[in-house]
Formats: sequence, structure tokens, C-alpha cells
Amino acid sequence: MREQALAIQEPMELEALPERPKIWASLWKDKSALLGCVILLSVVVMAVFAPLLAPMDPQAQLLDRNLKPPMWSDGQQIYLLGTDHLGRDFLSRLIYGARISLLVGFFAVLLTGCFGLCVGLVAGYFGGKVDFLLMRLVDLVLSFPFILLALATIAIVGPSLVVLILVMSMRIWVIYARVVRGEVLTLREQEFVQAARSIGGSHLRIIARHILPNVLAPVIIIASLYLGRMIIIEAGLSFLGLGVPPPTPTWGGLLSDGKVHLYTSWWVVTLPGLAITVTVLGANLVGDWLRNVLDPRLKSL
Amino acid sequence: MAGYVVKRLIQAIVLLKCVMIIVFLLLHMTGDPVVVMLDTDATHEDIEYMRKLMGFDKPLHVQYWRFLQNALQGNFGESIEHGESAMGLVLEHFPATIEMAVGAFAFAVLIGIPFGCLAAFKEGSAYDKGCVGVTVLMQAVPDFWLAIMFIMFFSVILGILPSFGRGSWQHFIMPAFAASTYHLARLARLMRSQMLEVLRQDYITTARAKGLSEKIVLMVHALKNSSIPIVTVMGLDLGILLGGTVIIEVVFAWPGVGRLVVDSIANRDFPIVQAAVFLLASGFVLINLAVDLVYAYLDPRISYE
Repeated sequence: MREQALAIQEPMELEALPERPKIWASLWKDKSALLGCVILLSVVVMAVFAPLLAPMDPQAQLLDRNLKPPMWSDGQQIYLLGTDHLGRDFLSRLIYGARISLLVGFFAVLLTGCFGLCVGLVAGYFGGKVDFLLMRLVDLVLSFPFILLALATIAIVGPSLVVLILVMSMRIWVIYARVVRGEVLTLREQEFVQAARSIGGSHLRIIARHILPNVLAPVIIIASLYLGRMIIIEAGLSFLGLGVPPPTPTWGGLLSDGKVHLYTSWWVVTLPGLAITVTVLGANLVGDWLRNVLDPRLKSL
Repeated sequence: MAGYVVKRLIQAIVLLKCVMIIVFLLLHMTGDPVVVMLDTDATHEDIEYMRKLMGFDKPLHVQYWRFLQNALQGNFGESIEHGESAMGLVLEHFPATIEMAVGAFAFAVLIGIPFGCLAAFKEGSAYDKGCVGVTVLMQAVPDFWLAIMFIMFFSVILGILPSFGRGSWQHFIMPAFAASTYHLARLARLMRSQMLEVLRQDYITTARAKGLSEKIVLMVHALKNSSIPIVTVMGLDLGILLGGTVIIEVVFAWPGVGRLVVDSIANRDFPIVQAAVFLLASGFVLINLAVDLVYAYLDPRISYE
């Protein structure tokens, strides 16, 4: 009897996550996912090796060469993508801009992931009053107009990289918390958890060994799906002048500088937006693929 | 049902109270609200005078009590810049924000849902693939950049739409559509996948087997059953749009609450910021309450959980 029960249990747990070769095979088959991976990897490489790739110093100003159009429409051979209003090389600023976007995006997603995961695990596993209080906290966070609150907070505390990451994390952790809690609620009634409890496993051990591995899939999915949102929000805050302060180039900051020159110089407003769009597209495609492979039920995210 | 309504009402009231506390604490985040409110070149006397004037020299709980009493009467103090009631100014700008949010919401629902349904009905067709491609792209475009691109194309190059301000439908169409892109795409994708799932259910096969026309099967059986999760997302979208069109308002110089807040932040005019956050957060709580009640009405199982 007991052996039979074990035999039934085992394949179920193995099926929870597809084996690795399958994941890579599905990546090769799904062309849009492949495109997403290529885009995201290229942007990461661009950000990491920015000093090697950028043709010029992104801060060097040459005021007599301001707002030069890109190479192909001007005929000059110096600035591949033209210059901004202070005569700085636009391509170099775009390449360096990827750094802040990715840095903020990855850290915000990582931070919220860890925090939301913990809250979700505790709320779902222990239930009762703890669960009730934590879920009301989630409701509270969800009931705030996020962008306004972020603006107010940054305006009061003062803009910096750390403040930006923290403020953006305020909102997104609740999404992990909700999903993880829901998963844990069903997991804790499963036989393998009951079994672990009956042989005297401590709460910490049960959570770490039996529950955690089973909720990692949704966490990875949410992280990848929200990476793009984070990059857009960071660009928006920088656009309003509440991001990482200048002269550090950020895509949102480039857009905000360029907006004034909309009527004369198309490249200063078009290119940073394209950079954001392509990067977010890459992140979203990877997110969609991970969801389809790991847990197709999470389609409303 | 009555018990559920009462429970949700109490929850909403508690939430509103927490909103109050957070709005109150906003100014105290750095430890000294006076320094936040004044310019960096304020003298020591200025700071002390301001502290007395605003009552910041009193203990925190006394300040909170006074804040609460005033806030419950809609009094968030006077705008430092304009000298008028902060809440009055926010309310003055509120209709413009509602107009944009409702407009963007209407675009999202009226375009997103039919397109999502059609894509599901014609699964695998060129139309379906096109729809998926466009919505994936729409979810990746930052709305404020799209707004700038609209201005460049329709106002600068073609010269057919005004690039800023509010008034006629020409003023309204670009900001509302730009603000709706993300929500439109998300609704369309969700509608499509929801509809695909419903179309696979046994009762659809049964309905077809009974000999019902395809029109009735799709419009009555499929659409109705796939709409419940969509209603939730729609409620969330409306709430997000109410508080989230800030950057679009700035781009189009749209005279809404968002732009008022951004200007107020630049002027360190924090009573307005507090009033605006409070108003929009309360609005969001009330919308959520309404959505939950509608939801419980549509699906009575909810109220018994």
C-alpha cells in the first residue's frame, strides 16, 4: 500500500516542472521566444560592455555640434546617430542608458520577488490571522494610485538610484505575494506536505524543502513578465525628472531632454523610445514563453 | 449576500483609514516636514516660523488628530502656491482626469474586447496572428513615448490634431488613445485566451449539437461565460487609469490632477499632493468595492467563500 502511494506520488512531482532539455527544445521551436532571448541578451551585453562599445564619451559636450542629425541624413561621418542638444554623441548615450534601465529593472524585480515570495509563503502556509493581516496589507498597497505615490515619495526623499528601486518595488511585490499565497494554499493540503508534517518536519523545513520548489515557477514567470513594466515605469519617472539625476544618461531622461526639440530633431525623441520598446518587447516575449512552458494557467498576469 | 456586502463595506472603511494615515505620513518620511516644504535657501527663522504656522511643533499624534479632523471635512490645507483650498484645486482638475481615464477605458474595452473575441473565433488565421503580434507590440511600447510619436506624426507632420490642451474631441483623441494602449492590448489578449478556453468546454459542444446557430453559440453561450474574469481586469484597469495617466497629462499639457501634482511637486506645494493622493486612492477603493459587489452579483458563489 505504502509503496504504491509513493510510486504514485513521485511522477507527479517530477511533472511539476518540465525537464531542462524540454525547455531548451521549446525555446528553439518557439521563434518569438528565441527573438526575445536574443534581444534581451544583446541589451544586457550592450549595458555590461558599454565602455567598450560606445564610440565616444557619453558626457563629452561639444556645443557647436549640437543636434546634428544621424550619419545617413547628414553625410558627416562622425556621429552615427547624431548628437543631442548639448552636442553629446547620441549613440553612446543610448548605449549607456541601457545600464540604468536594466539595473533598475532587474533589481526591482529581484527585490520584489524575494519580498513577495516570503509574504506569500508565510500568509499561505500559516493562514489565519497572519494571512488576514498580510492580505489586508496587500489590499492597501493595491488601493494606492502607484505613480502618484511614487512621484510624491521621490519628490520628498530626493531622487537617486536606490530610492528609485525601492519606490518601484513598493507596488509589484503584492503581485508575487497574491499568486504565491494562492499556490501555497493548495500545496499545503497535498499529501507530500502532510506526510512531511506527520514525520515531524519543522515548519521552516517544510516550507524550504517542499513548498518553495513548487512555487518558484510562478515567481520566475512574474519576474520576467514584470521586468518590462519596470523598465517602462523607470523611463516614465526619469521622463518626469524623478529618475536617476543627470548627467547620467537614461532612456527616459533622453526622451525628456529631446521632447523640446520634437519639432526640429526627430532622432532625439524617436530613438530612446525605440530602445525602450525593443528591450521591453524582448523581456515580454521571454516572459510569455516562460509562462507557456512553466505554468500556462497564469495567463491573466 | 447581505453579510458579504457588510463585510466588504467594513473592509473598505478600514482601507480608507489606512489611506489617511499614509497620506499624513507622506510629509514625515524624511523626519522633518518643514525642510521638505521649504526651499534649500530658507533661513533658520523661516523654518521655525513655518513649523509653528503648520503646527509641526506639536507631538505627532496631536498633528495626526488635527489632520484627520480636517481631512474628513475635505480640508487638506491651503495650496502654498495658489493660496486656495488644496482639495478645491484638485477637485477642479478632477473632471479632466476622469474624462481621460474614462475615454482611455472606453477605447480599451470597445476595441480590445471585440478584437480579442474575433481573434479567438478565427484561431490560427492570419487575422489572429496579426492581432497577437500587434497586441504584443502594444504592451511593449511606453505610452508616453507613443504619445510623443502621435504628436510628431499627427500634429507636426500632418498638422491635423492639436498637440496640447483640452476642449474638443480633437484634443481628446490622442491622449486617450495613448493612455489606453497597454490596457487595450492586455484586455484583447486576455479576452482571446479566455474565449479559447470557453470554446473548448463541453457546453459549447452541446449547444452546437442542439442545433443552435453559430451566432447564438458564440454571442450568448461563449461571450457570457468568458466575461467574468474580464470584468475584474476591467475594474482594475479603470482604477489604474484614474491614477496613472500622469505622464500622458504632462506630455499633452492636459489640465488634470496628474499634471497638477507634477507642477505642485516642482513648487514643493505638498498640500495639493496629499489631497490628490487621498482623492484618487479613495476613488480606487470605491471602484474596487463596486467591482467586488458586481462580481458577487454575477457569480453568487463568491459571497459564500
